[in-house]
Amino acid sequence: MKYRRKITMVAGVCLLLSLTASSLVLHHIDHLRPQATLDEVLFISSPTVIKRASLGYDGLMACIYWTRAVQYFGSRHHYSASSYNLLAPLLEITTHLDPHLLVAYEFGTSFLAPKPPFGAGQPERAIALMQYGILNNPDNWRLYYDLGFVYYMELKDYKNAAETFERGSHVPNAHPFLKILAAQMAQHAGEYQTARMLWSATYQSTQDEQIKRNALRHLRALRVDEDVQRLQEGVTRFGERTGRLPSSMSELLAAEGIAGTPADPDGHPYKMTPEGRIEVRVPDDFPFATKGLPPGYKPKYQDL
Amino acid sequence: MKARIAHIASNTFREAVRDRVLYNLIAFALLLSGAAVLVGQISIEIEKLVVINLGLTAVSLFGVVIAIFIGIGLVSKEIEKRTLYTVLSRPVRRWEFIVGKFFGLAGTLVVNTFFMAIGVFAALFYVSRTFVRADAMIFVALYFIVLEFLIICSLSLLFSSFSSPLLSAVFAFSLFVIGSFAEDLRNFAGMAHGVSRWFATGAAYLVPNFSAFNVITSIAHEQPVAGQLILQNTLYALFYAIMALSGAVLIFEHRDLK
Repeated sequence: MKYRRKITMVAGVCLLLSLTASSLVLHHIDHLRPQATLDEVLFISSPTVIKRASLGYDGLMACIYWTRAVQYFGSRHHYSASSYNLLAPLLEITTHLDPHLLVAYEFGTSFLAPKPPFGAGQPERAIALMQYGILNNPDNWRLYYDLGFVYYMELKDYKNAAETFERGSHVPNAHPFLKILAAQMAQHAGEYQTARMLWSATYQSTQDEQIKRNALRHLRALRVDEDVQRLQEGVTRFGERTGRLPSSMSELLAAEGIAGTPADPDGHPYKMTPEGRIEVRVPDDFPFATKGLPPGYKPKYQDL
Repeated sequence: MKARIAHIASNTFREAVRDRVLYNLIAFALLLSGAAVLVGQISIEIEKLVVINLGLTAVSLFGVVIAIFIGIGLVSKEIEKRTLYTVLSRPVRRWEFIVGKFFGLAGTLVVNTFFMAIGVFAALFYVSRTFVRADAMIFVALYFIVLEFLIICSLSLLFSSFSSPLLSAVFAFSLFVIGSFAEDLRNFAGMAHGVSRWFATGAAYLVPNFSAFNVITSIAHEQPVAGQLILQNTLYALFYAIMALSGAVLIFEHRDLK
């Protein structure tokens, strides 16, 4: 009995020690081969083959591939990657396995369409994904909305955007703003106005907190873009009138007849550089702004 | 007759429990609770989908594995241990032995599925915090899974009645895989000509069509299942299981056990 207890003790200790040791060694190996587990490899790229191999359990496989796509995008996005080669195939496999997985279309498009570092910069693949989604879920108005959104935001393709919003507006229970958007696209209405409407619609129509946050960031960035453009035009007009740059923001405001101090959505007043450029005080607060950023500024990583 | 079948069935159930078959419930519970807790952190908006898909897939796969690996040994193990001779020396007919074994295994799987279903609903409640009317459709998916088990049990018994456990496992598992492709086989038959068309059509009707029982993805998306499908699947599973059991009885009746 004493002997057996001794053996149990020794074996138990050996088990724990070797488990700890192997984990430590593996940790070191991972450091030697960074990104090894996230290598850009898709062993089976055919959605049809994967669907067959899933033996009918394609719903679970779709969830696994969707999680993989999210993980892939998240890890690449975190490192501000400029290429997302596997993203489109992963999304295509996911939606082929489960054509009714709406979340894969909605988020997939926002992963694929925007330019790096915010997305993969593949609006054509995003459009193909959405078209496949509409084909399989023709009664879901959000898919039409998302497709029109990509046409407008990424490609400035007013014709297709208008047509898509129009088609979506005929879907039962479609949100009424699709009709307004279709009309606005057809008229080529003001960029900021249309963009604000799109992001506001996104904000109001989604239940997802991440999408809401993303829409809010875009709305804040739009306001910055609009303010900066208006002030910058004032600087140009001032130069044309006086042949010099305004010496300060207050001189510009007085010349333009603007009351108060223009400030960004966080309340920080805009600043004017000695070269007459209007800039925000904290660029990191507006990752999607395209104007008012210091030259060469690169936005830091932001979650969706 | 009924008492004899019930006795063999309850013995088969007890034996399965003694063989620690129900231990798979622990693995199932760990898998599902892990998924319920973790998936929200590593993916987006699919917590409920994962719980339903993973839960029902696990119920199905665990059950298929149990049905095959217990089913293949039901007859051969009794012969190997020579306990079959003791049973058959009593007033028990061979067909009663086969039918009893079938009900015993099917009962084991139903009990197993019942406990797993509790796990699925518990995990679902954990991620959703509430049940909706559409969740009741999960019972339909579970029912179809049980029907699938009946077919696999009967096939395992059929193979077990004339073959070794290893070969029976290979046959049963192969039929499970082929049965998942049954609709492809039917499509192929539709495209083929001449003899191959007849051959493919025959094969498509002979192998079990498991794809008709798989409604997990539709249920996960809260899509309803037609009442007709429930009825037809029930009839199909019953006829198929009776067919395979009849085959097993036929073979076993004529088998020389000396």
